[in-house]
Amino acid sequence: MITALWVMIALAALLGIVLGFSAIRFKIEGNPLVEKIDAVLPQTQCGQCGYPGCKPYAEALAKGEADINLCPPGGDDGIHKLADLLGVEYKPFGGDAKPKAKAVAFIDEQTCIGCTLCIQACPVDAIVGAAKQMHTVIASECTGCELCLPPCPVDCISMPVVEERLTDWKWKHPVFALKQIT
Amino acid sequence: MRTLHQFHGGIHPAPHKSQSTQQAIARAPMPRSLVIPLRQHAGEAAKPCVNTGDHVLKGQRIGTPEGLLSSSIHAPTSGTIASIALHQIAHPSALPDLCVTLIPDGQDTWCERQAVDFLRLSAGELQQRLRDFGIVGLGGAVFPSDLKLHHPIKVDTLILNGAECEPYITCDDMLMRERAAEIVRGIVMLRHVLEAGGVVIGIEDNKPEAIAAMRAAVSAAQLDYAVIAVPTIYPGGSAKHLIKVLTGLEVPSGKLPTDIGVQCFNVATALSIKRALDDGEPLISRVVTVTGNVEHPRNYEALIGTAFSDLIDLSVPKRDTNRYIMGGPMMGVELPAVNVPLVKASNCVIAASDTLFPPAPPALPCIRCTRCVQVCPAELQPQDLYWFAKSNNFGKAQEFSLADCIECGACAYVCPSHIPLVQYYRYAKSEIRERSAEKLAADKARERHEYRQFRIEREKQEKAEKLAQREAAAKAAAIVTPSLDDTQQLRINEAIERAKAQAAEAHPKNTDSLTPEQQAEIATIEARRAKIRELATDAGADDEPHKTS
Repeated sequence: MITALWVMIALAALLGIVLGFSAIRFKIEGNPLVEKIDAVLPQTQCGQCGYPGCKPYAEALAKGEADINLCPPGGDDGIHKLADLLGVEYKPFGGDAKPKAKAVAFIDEQTCIGCTLCIQACPVDAIVGAAKQMHTVIASECTGCELCLPPCPVDCISMPVVEERLTDWKWKHPVFALKQIT
Repeated sequence: MRTLHQFHGGIHPAPHKSQSTQQAIARAPMPRSLVIPLRQHAGEAAKPCVNTGDHVLKGQRIGTPEGLLSSSIHAPTSGTIASIALHQIAHPSALPDLCVTLIPDGQDTWCERQAVDFLRLSAGELQQRLRDFGIVGLGGAVFPSDLKLHHPIKVDTLILNGAECEPYITCDDMLMRERAAEIVRGIVMLRHVLEAGGVVIGIEDNKPEAIAAMRAAVSAAQLDYAVIAVPTIYPGGSAKHLIKVLTGLEVPSGKLPTDIGVQCFNVATALSIKRALDDGEPLISRVVTVTGNVEHPRNYEALIGTAFSDLIDLSVPKRDTNRYIMGGPMMGVELPAVNVPLVKASNCVIAASDTLFPPAPPALPCIRCTRCVQVCPAELQPQDLYWFAKSNNFGKAQEFSLADCIECGACAYVCPSHIPLVQYYRYAKSEIRERSAEKLAADKARERHEYRQFRIEREKQEKAEKLAQREAAAKAAAIVTPSLDDTQQLRINEAIERAKAQAAEAHPKNTDSLTPEQQAEIATIEARRAKIRELATDAGADDEPHKTS
């Protein structure tokens, strides 16, 4: 009886030491789930989810504080991916959060006064210019987050929708008429 | 005797080739205008290097390559550049692309043509020449040929592809029959550049005339090239499959033929290489088959930029023709309009009607009969790929090697449910391509955003450091002041002392050496002042002012 007790205590102590050691030795910095969620998010850094960027939203999702249907740029696909990743039910967009067609910012160079406010607002440094110099958008770097629109004092930034070009044209999903209507 | 190998699957569609081989290749008449797209090759579009209104000569370069994967574009005849603008092209999207419109002057004047001795040029110089002369693969993929001359390992076998497996198409067949000697000359050049061990020319056995012509040309040139008749089976003309048939080697998934020591060129490409080096002529024309629902199916040598409608009119389309297909019936795409220009990739145009190609009956559900699996030359599982593509399960489709699908259409050809399988695969491939592009863009955006945050943080830190430094400096100054104070106070005191001493020493100069009258005057004034002071003090007491004169 006593022997068995001792054996159990010794085992418990041994396992405790092993677990304690590995907890310190193999400690992971940060939450790896955040990285995984961040990889799924579209990185527009637009803040439409209510968080200041994709990473903070990913952190909130990892903590379970945020809903999965807050990212309009990610689209319906994005919600499905998040649902799969987090093991939760799919949830459609609620309220006025709706995915928009891909657009990039365009600065009307005639109207721009060179105030640099949009440059400071751009989360990906996609606007070039200097004080009292005309600004312009690097279209290939623009994520279409629209964060440059509110600060512009002369409303010279528009968001034209990116038109389909030959280089990014896609074959469509085949569709058929199920029955010929005569 | 060479042992031939077999690839998995394949089909035997009706060839329909004899219609267009009855007559020799005809030279298409000069059209009234040529519309030359600047994107006729895989990769980046060429950049126009002429302006509207310029007069150009035949063979003059009008588009320069942009980036590594690109090629040049040349004027197919002499004339005036009418415009450089968007124009509809032969693409299933029906989207326009940048094209140069050339109005021929009818003179057809060549620019200066410089022939070169390829034996004297290095491989690099030859590659540059092919790039400058706009030589691209004419088998259909229009991959810039100069890039195919790079080879990481020794090329054991150079394969010339004259298989032309798709029904209806006969342009390579006619080219081999009529211009075998020129093709063989081009092969000599290719072998020289690639330093290839052996040369094998693969031609499907339904082209006996072409085989005979090529054999005659090879023996006339006293070469040891093997002209091999390969069994007619679709898609035996796919580069990877021809390599398998001729050498038994399989190009691994995601690898290039050069990785296994083989390189493959189309016979028409060999001919254009010969013209680029021997004659100094860039790629400005090609042979194209006009067949199908036309009165006179035939092959034409046409200038790049000729409208398809001009070529079709030469062969007189039958009245019930309702659409046109560029390429073969298996892999070709429907032309969005009949007036789009001929490009380097256009090997064939088929006039189609509902009697010639009856519309497919409605697609029925997949019954998993696996006939598609039996014919798939890429040894894939088409029925699974279809399922994944249809349900947008692209990750799974990639796992099942969708990228290895060559879109040959053999699966759709045998499908008893008439499912347009290739359309599904093309759709899935497009989506996968877009998604990977989006992923790349997102990664870039993340990187830029993180760098921006890092930069803002760094600027903040730098500002704080500067502020701290300034504060420290101010503090240091404040500490030093008391010690200075003593000396300063000392100095101030000294200065005051000095000033006092000076004041004591100083005498008004006008009080020295005065005359007695002056002294007397001063004395009276002093006396008066003294009196006034006295009176003033008295007045302060009596409160009664007294005036003195």
